[in-house]
Amino acid sequence: MENRVSSRVVQRFSLSRGIAWVLLLLFIFVSVFPIYFVFKTALTSHKVLGQTAANFFPSDSTLFNFSRVLGLVSPETAQAAGVSPETINFIGSLQITVWYVLVTVTAQVIFSALAAYAFARLRFPGRDFLFFLVLSAMMIPSIVLFIPNFILMKNLGWLSTFQGMVAPSLLISPFGVFFLRQFFLSIPLELEEAAKLDGATPVFIFWRIVLPLSQGPLATLGILTTIGMWNDFFWPFIVNSGSNENLRVLTVALQQFRANQPSGPPDWTGLMAGTFLSIVPVFVLLVFMGRRVVESLQFSGSK
Amino acid sequence: MQSKTNTSSKPRAWWAAFLNREALTAYAFVLPAMFGFAVFYLLPTLRGMQISTTDWNLLSDPSNIGLENYQSMINDPVFWNALKVSGLYVLWNIPLQTVIGLFLAVAMDRLTRSMLVRAALIVPYLISNVIAAMVWIWLLDPFLGIVNSLLGGFGIDRVAFFGTPELALPSVAGINIWRHMGLTALLFYAGLQGIPRTVYEAAMIDGSDEWTTFWRITLPLLRPVTVFVLVTSVVGSFQIFDTIAVTTDGGPIDATRSLVFYIYDNAFKFFKMGYATAMSITLFAILIFFSILQLRLFRADQSDLA
Repeated sequence: MENRVSSRVVQRFSLSRGIAWVLLLLFIFVSVFPIYFVFKTALTSHKVLGQTAANFFPSDSTLFNFSRVLGLVSPETAQAAGVSPETINFIGSLQITVWYVLVTVTAQVIFSALAAYAFARLRFPGRDFLFFLVLSAMMIPSIVLFIPNFILMKNLGWLSTFQGMVAPSLLISPFGVFFLRQFFLSIPLELEEAAKLDGATPVFIFWRIVLPLSQGPLATLGILTTIGMWNDFFWPFIVNSGSNENLRVLTVALQQFRANQPSGPPDWTGLMAGTFLSIVPVFVLLVFMGRRVVESLQFSGSK
Repeated sequence: MQSKTNTSSKPRAWWAAFLNREALTAYAFVLPAMFGFAVFYLLPTLRGMQISTTDWNLLSDPSNIGLENYQSMINDPVFWNALKVSGLYVLWNIPLQTVIGLFLAVAMDRLTRSMLVRAALIVPYLISNVIAAMVWIWLLDPFLGIVNSLLGGFGIDRVAFFGTPELALPSVAGINIWRHMGLTALLFYAGLQGIPRTVYEAAMIDGSDEWTTFWRITLPLLRPVTVFVLVTSVVGSFQIFDTIAVTTDGGPIDATRSLVFYIYDNAFKFFKMGYATAMSITLFAILIFFSILQLRLFRADQSDLA
């Protein structure tokens, strides 16, 4: 009986399975190929791009585009090679992006964990109301907050400063509070009760029992917020209204690099070198923590 | 338990509940988050409502004009166009993205559990909107882009994807689909893991074919995940900004001037703070309305697995 069922299944589905495989491989190709193509273009010298743009394989392999985007080539040499002398301060932008991500993610994870624990386990007047407020904050579209926050930063004199960039996302992540609270609620209560009977304070229980048990979810939240902050554009773009070059995160720097292109055909090889360089850190994350990243993203929906 | 007997034997002052050790610790724990909430979420929202009733260019003092901004909004054809652009964008973006994501999830569930496949599909999501837009303006370039070379192979003339009013918005939506299809697939995939295998086995023994099983069993049981994916992706999609800022800058002739882009124009280019906030409050109301509508339509609170 069982044999019949499975052989029938195999026969009946082999064709549709074949089609499904082809489609799946096609979508994988569509996902990954553009990145390869960016890399290929970045390796091409400006002069031969016109003839080789549509080739699938690199017909050239020069690192000149990378070095001039990084500002390692003098403007005169760039001009002599027939490309725009415009550069992005890649190293500077990478640095400011790393700081931006590091500071906001660390602070968000810490403060979210503290608040989430109180909402999950401690009893205090107003708890449910405050939690409801935090939840409702997830609904507010960012543009609603950006304009008054921009004005607040202006009044504080924090426009085009690092503190202005990080301030709004430093103390609270409504998603983080919600996400960690759900996890804390799932920890068996017995552990904490036992510690309580032994006279442990809430701070001790949080620090010594709950946090060590929560390394997985804390890492998940860290990865999710890192991806979000790494890709952040709108707020760092508007708060840097003085266009301070030292405060341009990678996304803003690249957008400016494109916006500053002289009219006429854009400097594709340079643009693609800059684009590829900005993707590299993401690849590093995926290579070293691939499983964790995939599982975190998968988990972000199951709440 | 203990506190209960305490209160019944001897009524305590009203503030005592706030002063016990646990409550004090709790307030200390939530203080940073609640301070952040008050300063960067609650006050800005209230302040936004208040600014929306003023005429203010940031340089001179704001003057109170009541609901005039909302009135000019109703009479502003560019506002209505922006609303239409955002709505059309959602329609270009969400159905296709959801169907592709669903297909990929089922395919992964049935064909391969490989982590490498999931990682490959998630690559575009790890790239920011800005970078994804950069990648695609190159691939879709009318003169040198690979897509046009491929189309040329089929005898199709070169297409200016971002320069043609009818094509610009679908092209921007295409970038977003490319970036989000893997993430959508991953979320559906996670949902599929929650469906007991026995349900499929029972269907198979009853002679249900793959297609029927998908429509009658997989899709209905996936509903809670579908609602989550739809609500979050519609809310996100309606607020499209980054990709437009890089690819089309709102053009050609307003064809991609979405609502958030038009709000940005008003606030940070024309410095009409009152008008911009009035539109952003309106956007907020629209999103709440659609979220509630979707939750109602899909009966989000009920699961068929119960």
